[in-house]
Amino acid sequence: MTLFEYLHFIILPVLVVSAVLILWRFIKGPSIADKIVALDLLITTGIGVIAVYSVIYNQSTLMDTALILALIAFLSTVALSYYLEKRKRK
Amino acid sequence: MIEIIVGVIATFGALFVLLAAIGIVRMPDTYLRISVTTKAATLGVGLVLMSTTVYFSSADVTSQAFVIILFLFLTAPVSAHLIGRASYFIGVKLWDKSVMDELRGKYQKNTHILKSMVDDTPEDNVDHTKMNDK
Repeated sequence: MTLFEYLHFIILPVLVVSAVLILWRFIKGPSIADKIVALDLLITTGIGVIAVYSVIYNQSTLMDTALILALIAFLSTVALSYYLEKRKRK
Repeated sequence: MIEIIVGVIATFGALFVLLAAIGIVRMPDTYLRISVTTKAATLGVGLVLMSTTVYFSSADVTSQAFVIILFLFLTAPVSAHLIGRASYFIGVKLWDKSVMDELRGKYQKNTHILKSMVDDTPEDNVDHTKMNDK
């Protein structure tokens, strides 16, 4: 089993299963804070998937997308929690 | 040899991401889910990025991966604190079996000021035992 087969058939399915579990929490989540946490974790899992894909296809430029996704995850979490906190303040 | 190292590090990274996913499904409370997110997932994604570094073994990919890891390690505690603070203010309930709530009566609901002494003014406080789970 070469490295690419191992990444394709073991690592990527594990990451996809974890993404499906996080998506279940994102849909179900009792409070809106749970949904924001699940969204943050989903984007973080996406960074891992992009890193594995950059090894599989031997394209190091895919790492740029991972950096942008990390920036967007932090920015979206900060903005959503800021407005969530502002919403109840009179 | 390089391929074995890449496979081992990527295996540990995927395992930690899977543990974070199981934790966010199984944990009973929003605050415990935040705790899972900010530790296990950051370590897992950091390990996957390290495997990318080992595979390419060039300076630009290494520096880029380290920038992403540094950014994740810097921003994960900040975003976890922000979302935990916001969920405490909007009245997300603690777990039933939680032993104690250190912030009870200290975070003021209307003014958003953290006091060091317990101030139980009823119109200023979030009562987590009576608030509905939204």
